[in-house]
Amino acid sequence: MIHIQHDDFDAGIEIESLRSIGSHIGAVVSFVGSVREFSDVRELIALELEHYPKMTQKSLESIAAEAKSRWDVEAVKIIHRVGRLLPSDRIVFVGIASRHRSEAFLACEFVIDVLKTQAPFWKKECLSSGDQWVDAKQSDDKKSLRWEK
Amino acid sequence: MKIKICYFAKIREQLDVSEEQLIFPDACDNTERLLEFLQARGERWSQVFSSDQKVLKAVNHEIVSEKCALNDGDEVAFFPPVTGG
Repeated sequence: MIHIQHDDFDAGIEIESLRSIGSHIGAVVSFVGSVREFSDVRELIALELEHYPKMTQKSLESIAAEAKSRWDVEAVKIIHRVGRLLPSDRIVFVGIASRHRSEAFLACEFVIDVLKTQAPFWKKECLSSGDQWVDAKQSDDKKSLRWEK
Repeated sequence: MKIKICYFAKIREQLDVSEEQLIFPDACDNTERLLEFLQARGERWSQVFSSDQKVLKAVNHEIVSEKCALNDGDEVAFFPPVTGG
């Protein structure tokens, strides 16, 4: 249920596939992250997503397993794109299937929060003024820290 | 002992190397010693590893925050804080 890929994904198909796991699935919660355009002085041409192939799969599997151990959820699906992406392109999909909605909401938020601070991906912005690596945000660290036991 | 070192993102660009195999004295058996060894390579290396810039490390594909023992055949990676999602 973990995919690291260059290709785009169809969130509708992914949600339907989670929904069709069985009639006991009462809730599917999903998150789709997209490449944001900048509105002010900087113009984003593209985003380059680098990752650490040998570690990425393992890292995402461990986050998914942790979500399953914390909440009563049936399935965790994560798709993360790598390579060159354009403004408005989809970057990441997180989908959770469970019996009840509250577990699915929590698990979905947990997965994306922890992914942002632990999974080995790095974004480089290609701007009209030149390329620059994106700095990690303190606000993301805070969001991830609140899940620490 | 032989160690594989990988560098990613900004760190890879700053050092101009993506990976290397390092023959390392057996006595230097932890990540702290490895960092000292790399910093001694010259100004560029000492700047990357001793400046205010945060550098994360992973040993055999797991992020480690403290000093960590190293063994023959291990893979160590250095990279900046992650920015996926």
